[in-house]
Amino acid sequence: MEIGEFLREKVLAVQEYSLLSWTAITNVFRRPFYWVDLYTQADLIGVGSVPIVILTGFFTGGVLALNSATTLAQFGAKAVTGQLVSLSMVKELGPVLTGLMVSGRNASGMASELGSMQVTEQIDAMRALGTDPLKKLVTPRIISTVVMLVFLTIISDALGVAGGGWISSGLGINASQYFHMAYQTLEYPDVLEGLVKPLIFGFIIASVGCSFGMTTRGGTQGVGRSTTQAVVVSSVLIIFSDFLISRLTISIFGR
Amino acid sequence: MSTTETIPSPDQTIGDPNAPVVSFEHVSIGFDGHSVLVNISFQARSGEMVIILGPAGCGKSVLLKLANGLIQPDAGRIQLFGLDINNLSQEALFDLRSHVGMVFQESALFDSLSVRDNVSYRMLEQGDNEEDINRRVLECLRFVELEHAIEKFPDELSGGMRRRVAIARAIITQPQLFLYDSPTGGLDPITSATIIELVMKQRDVYESTALLVTHRLQDAFTLATHRFNLKENRMERIENDGVDPNTTIMVLKDGRIAFTGSLVDLLRSKDPYIQEYLA
Repeated sequence: MEIGEFLREKVLAVQEYSLLSWTAITNVFRRPFYWVDLYTQADLIGVGSVPIVILTGFFTGGVLALNSATTLAQFGAKAVTGQLVSLSMVKELGPVLTGLMVSGRNASGMASELGSMQVTEQIDAMRALGTDPLKKLVTPRIISTVVMLVFLTIISDALGVAGGGWISSGLGINASQYFHMAYQTLEYPDVLEGLVKPLIFGFIIASVGCSFGMTTRGGTQGVGRSTTQAVVVSSVLIIFSDFLISRLTISIFGR
Repeated sequence: MSTTETIPSPDQTIGDPNAPVVSFEHVSIGFDGHSVLVNISFQARSGEMVIILGPAGCGKSVLLKLANGLIQPDAGRIQLFGLDINNLSQEALFDLRSHVGMVFQESALFDSLSVRDNVSYRMLEQGDNEEDINRRVLECLRFVELEHAIEKFPDELSGGMRRRVAIARAIITQPQLFLYDSPTGGLDPITSATIIELVMKQRDVYESTALLVTHRLQDAFTLATHRFNLKENRMERIENDGVDPNTTIMVLKDGRIAFTGSLVDLLRSKDPYIQEYLA
């Protein structure tokens, strides 16, 4: 493939993604609104992801406490483990790991589900039956992912701090001291940063998953390709946007 | 075939009632630099059936998708019910499609929905009441003789049954125009005959307008030379080897119209391509 053709394809893909995202957002203000689909997706994406988010958050907090307590002990600062775990979990690891886990679980699910519908002409059939697939399939997925990812991140943050506390108490750190440090160190900008990130990540996961699904070509092989690409692209975009949001927060709040 | 039930007539008309139901004027479209349809012009008037014949890959399915506004032409004008679909907003196009019933090549049933929900999809979307929906679903499934499959899912059905469910889904709101994309493709001869009989029943009993795409000459011959006898509930040959006056045949060759006319004209055509095609 020539480089010009390659670039043209990429620009067209970005244009298609932008149009899909914009239409899906503006559909929020247009009738009809598919409430049942919204609740179903919220259940699938939100409630369905709770187990993996609990496990990921808990063990990430635990391993963070384990590593930091061991290192901090060398400087006689083991007591600040709670501070380190809670800041890391709330600002970075909670949102990013939850985003990545949900991306692996749901961006792939959306791409494969919509991709299968696309290659079997079910999307065309839906349009032929007078239903806008963006309204029925994409908008509910975006809204529910954005909303549910915020709650999943809060669960992950809480479980991460709890997991850190569990490990810390095993390492001889007083639990009350740990949780006191974890709570005291958090300021509003930290919490805000930790809650803005899942809004952006949720949008990335759902829009990228749906976009790859809706543009699937090439039968079952195409569905597999879309699924893989959706996870890869959404994961990279999550990490990249995490960097941008962190940079922005530091320049605004100074921390 | 079982007794014919009354499927409610459309309670509203759309566009200009005097205009052709479908009109293509110099329509062309291509993909990836290759022309698929070139300068296509034809009309289908109310109650008329246009059978589009041609070998695989000659752009027949694309033509149907253009007719329903699922894809936009590169050039030319397409009108549905007198409305220029190229100039309609997406919202208006979705409204317009509620007057068109489309049967896809591979049925395109929603595989996560039961037969009942597939057939009633359009009514569910319109927010019709449960009682009406149940009644009409049963009527439509009786029309295609699949009442017993109401609770089944598409993957539990045979190819022919899926095609019949797709027809039931298309007729539920009794639209003014039907688009059939290879309704007998990949089916055995007996099932194909059943599907063609259903298409004919829809054409003759409800006098609906239709575009039917097929690569099977036999389908075109049967539709042109038979009519549906409602009293005996089966199709029968038109007397004196006659042909249905409302059925037109169009043959496509490399994306262009190679022939348009009645079956009689088709059989008399001296065009070498048509003769080869009929051979």
